[in-house]
Amino acid sequence: MIWTDLQTALSREGYVASDDLAVALQLALALERPLLLEGAAGVGKTEIARTLSAVKNTKLIRLQCYEGLDAAQAIYEWNYQRQLLSIRAAAEDGETGASVEARIFSRDFLMERPLLAAITQETPPVLLIDEIDRADEEFEAYLLEVLSDFQVSVPELGTIIATSKPIVILTSNSTRDLSDALRRRCLYNYVEYPDRATELAILKARCPEVEARLAEQVVGFIQKLREEELEKTPGIAEMLDFAAALMGLGIADLTENPAVLHSTLTTLLKTQSDQAHITPEVAGRIAGKAA
Amino acid sequence: MTRATKFAARDSGPSARVAGFIAHLRENGLRVGVAEAHVALSALSEVNAIRADEARRALRAVCIGCKEESERFDDLFNSYWMDMGRVRNKVVPTPSNSFSDDVHSSRDAQGQDVGASGDATAPDSGGDLAKSEGTGKLIATKQRNLNRRDLRDLVRPEEIAEAEEVARRIGASLRERRSRRRIAARKGDRIHFRKTIRRSLATGGEPLRLLRKARPDRSRKIVALCDVSGSMSVYAQVFLAFLAGLMRADKDTDAYLFHTRLVRITEALRDKDSMRAIGRMSLMADGFGGGSKIGPSLQRFTDSYARRFVNGRSVVMILSDGYDTSDPALVGNALEKLRKRGCKVIWLNPLKGWSDYTPVAAGMAAALPHLDMFKAANTLGDLAALETELVRL
Repeated sequence: MIWTDLQTALSREGYVASDDLAVALQLALALERPLLLEGAAGVGKTEIARTLSAVKNTKLIRLQCYEGLDAAQAIYEWNYQRQLLSIRAAAEDGETGASVEARIFSRDFLMERPLLAAITQETPPVLLIDEIDRADEEFEAYLLEVLSDFQVSVPELGTIIATSKPIVILTSNSTRDLSDALRRRCLYNYVEYPDRATELAILKARCPEVEARLAEQVVGFIQKLREEELEKTPGIAEMLDFAAALMGLGIADLTENPAVLHSTLTTLLKTQSDQAHITPEVAGRIAGKAA
Repeated sequence: MTRATKFAARDSGPSARVAGFIAHLRENGLRVGVAEAHVALSALSEVNAIRADEARRALRAVCIGCKEESERFDDLFNSYWMDMGRVRNKVVPTPSNSFSDDVHSSRDAQGQDVGASGDATAPDSGGDLAKSEGTGKLIATKQRNLNRRDLRDLVRPEEIAEAEEVARRIGASLRERRSRRRIAARKGDRIHFRKTIRRSLATGGEPLRLLRKARPDRSRKIVALCDVSGSMSVYAQVFLAFLAGLMRADKDTDAYLFHTRLVRITEALRDKDSMRAIGRMSLMADGFGGGSKIGPSLQRFTDSYARRFVNGRSVVMILSDGYDTSDPALVGNALEKLRKRGCKVIWLNPLKGWSDYTPVAAGMAAALPHLDMFKAANTLGDLAALETELVRL
């Protein structure tokens, strides 16, 4: 498969990927390397993994990172409660120590967390490690180890070696600098806000029922709005919500009623000061420019 | 610029050229090594490498690791592969694009050496320095050089060591904040039930050993913004040493310089060699000792870096005298916005140490209502004395 094929396949699933991104994805697949995606919130970083799993027709395994995430949450954990019950039951049945031990430390009692689950699948899944920048640095180091060796050692069981190498996608909102070691091991792509044509294609793919004229206006409006000084710049998801809201209200032309337009801006402006900044007049002016 | 580079006939094939490209990237400050060369070669075999744009995309995905590098990559790629048969040594030494005009390599339009000329590209009359501040790219090397000060002249290694000590103490005093959650700890104040029960499996379900948990210390991150405008140059020595010390004492610290622009110097200060760090910093502090635009600099900080690096656990430390040439209302707005991120804001003003000082500078007055702490600081001693105050913050 060459990268243009991948790009078409993605767009068939409703994801419009830029050329840079498609090549990076293709390389990540071909070279079996993790792909690190950075970019502002709402440019579709997480969505890539979801679409890729649909294209490849495999499972998507997601690990959402947060501060304090540890190995027990990410890799594996023993099912203590079940082990305890089992021991009590064995004591009543008069089972011997050695056989009980062998039983309670078997795979049945091991709770797989995303990382372990990802390497023990039959077919290679897509492993999405979301917002890696939120996890602690210690976890990042641990993750590196799993990602380079594709094996996990459980002291009681021995080493579990990957049956399939997952396709790994990492996303980051760059709330902190990631370590160089992690960056070195990954392919990298910085996902930008889409340009006008791309965004129009996205809108058409996701909401085909929006009329061409309104779609043009919506995309033009959003593109202009991103140039304003806002605390939270609207992303692609917001744009789709906005289009859906306009459809729901039966608006065919953005410029026709500034008051209604302003009321739909709740889908785009997510802070109080942004809402105060974009008054009905400003919204009307932007819509006029975009039309 | 669009024709592909011609390589010498004795050149030993594509792998050597890719290795050469990797070395070219490395010379220009990208962190790439042998492993990347290997990956780059396999990446090229995956795309149609005859086409320049495909090769560019493939190499881009492999060789870059952050947004800044992503922006520079095209220039670096062009200068190596698309240079009409010549390979330039250096293209852009730092991410700051303000340099790019005087680094167009060894020749200028007249074929003269830049090192020897200066006049060939300078404006006709040497306008005064204040005028040259921030006016366009046509102002040439000679004047810019006058404006650039080597910060190494200002800071001595012993001072950095001393500042490091002070910075470490200050860092520690800010850091003692407890988390709400508990994690396993040997000397915890509560029993860690989950762990205890898990361990009790080994003893047949009887919890013989009690394990404990405690609230870990959650460190606070210091973000330091240092004013290096003309009015601050007397104090720069102390503050720069302090910044370098702060950076070396705690690797999570983030540091910025501002005068008329804002520059992030965190990367430069991470250099292991303290003097080299200061040297790298002076390269970035282009315009050192010029005018000051505190408002716009803070505004830019809040709108860009703060979104990524400042959260409820940050302490933003501003080292400035508050003399601002721009609209003072901007300072107030920027700080108000910054406070909304949940951080603490400390302003250390060297002038406050004067006996009859009142914060009359408009910028300073606008900032006051948004500060958690407003203190004097003009020597390392003053900074050290802050330690006790910061604990209470």
